[in-house]
Amino acid sequence: MSNLFPLTLTGATIRRRGKRLVGPIDLTLQDQGITIVIGPNGAGKTSLLQMMHGIARLSDGDITWGCDLDAARQAQSFVFQQPILLRRSVRDNIAYPLKLRGTPKAKARAQADTAGAQVGLGAMLDRPATFLSGGERQKLAIARAMITKPALLFLDEPCASLDGRATREIEEILQRAAASGTRLIMSTHDMGQARRLADDVLFLLNGHIHDHAPNPQFFDQPQTAEAAAFLNGDIVE
Amino acid sequence: MSDLWEGIRQALWLLVTLDADLVEITLRSLRVTLTALVIACAIALPIGALLSVRRFRARRFTIALLNALMGLPPVVVGLIVYVLLSRSGPFGVFGLIFTPTAMIIAQVIIIVPLIASIAHQALRELWSDYHDLLISLNTTQRQRMAALLWDGRRALLTAALAGFGRAIGEVGAIMIVGGNIDHHTRVLTTAIALETGKGDFAMALGLGFVLILMAIAVNLAIHIIGRTEQEGRW
Repeated sequence: MSNLFPLTLTGATIRRRGKRLVGPIDLTLQDQGITIVIGPNGAGKTSLLQMMHGIARLSDGDITWGCDLDAARQAQSFVFQQPILLRRSVRDNIAYPLKLRGTPKAKARAQADTAGAQVGLGAMLDRPATFLSGGERQKLAIARAMITKPALLFLDEPCASLDGRATREIEEILQRAAASGTRLIMSTHDMGQARRLADDVLFLLNGHIHDHAPNPQFFDQPQTAEAAAFLNGDIVE
Repeated sequence: MSDLWEGIRQALWLLVTLDADLVEITLRSLRVTLTALVIACAIALPIGALLSVRRFRARRFTIALLNALMGLPPVVVGLIVYVLLSRSGPFGVFGLIFTPTAMIIAQVIIIVPLIASIAHQALRELWSDYHDLLISLNTTQRQRMAALLWDGRRALLTAALAGFGRAIGEVGAIMIVGGNIDHHTRVLTTAIALETGKGDFAMALGLGFVLILMAIAVNLAIHIIGRTEQEGRW
């Protein structure tokens, strides 16, 4: 697990139908902390995360891990912006990744119960997942992503369209995960959230990394005019 | 009109007295069709799932072909199975012609494309929902198919019921390969054809009502067993 990093991207690019979504990206990430990816809509935040995770095919360039690719894929999880729910109970949703890895059913369910309780879904384990509210759905997705104890967790705007309380609860879950050693790479639109969670910040603009700086330096002394404008709430294009 | 009333009267009479011949051919109808349905589902549902999760060169062609074969004329299927199974045919040594097994084979061929096609339609939607998650979780193709088949089981029930409906009401193919032999391969539909041919419309109608009742009963039973409309709406 510990040899997953460094994660190195060299000239990594995704193009779809002749349009460049993100890249070329040159970046090295180490195994500590929470990296927050910010930038305007269409800057390529989702593409960048999906590219690192390996679910979006590279058009160009290379991504390497500290270990071989199969081991790296096994050691990471992804939480999507729109939670994808299996048409099963909450418990079976959370247990599904364990089941895929061959954990016996009873053991997987017991672990899912614990994981569900940790994110505050303890009372809803028997309900069909589609009965959950927006915030509960995202908590389910996070519990499901965390159940394999990944070394690295990607989150693509997990708090988009959630209210303050649900956002705070999810941030608490994420901070607990980070404290227990899970590496987080997360995109967000919420600058307050970025300030609260980030160890370092990646500012993405037009598919390129415009700025990469530690928190709070990024917020207090932005190095580029675009980053300063973006933080000010101006429209950056 | 009087034929219709006479048919209803006959049907009731046959049912109330539990006519031995009627019970026998009804059970045979059920046995042949349900066996064919189980075999066809075992073949068609994985095909439907595979067509959903896998991209291969001939995929579009395969889907178009399956859709076209949904309308396969049963008489032609019966004829082909007859030629293959007849004493002088390539599989003649098995002695299957004019047996319930031959009827099952013909029905399987008729309903596999139908079930596979409907299953594919249903699972395709589910796959587009699940796609990103299942890719992210490093699932194998087998695991993807299993997830679709399990989570889509309600929709697949519809596919199976459509297959049952087509098989139970089918007469052309099983008449040819089964031969409508009394106490051996006579089923409800072939008996109806026979009674109609003899001019005994009341009896034919009576058998027809029994057939319809049975189809409704089986559908209801499967719905109750599958508990549709109860545990949430998947």
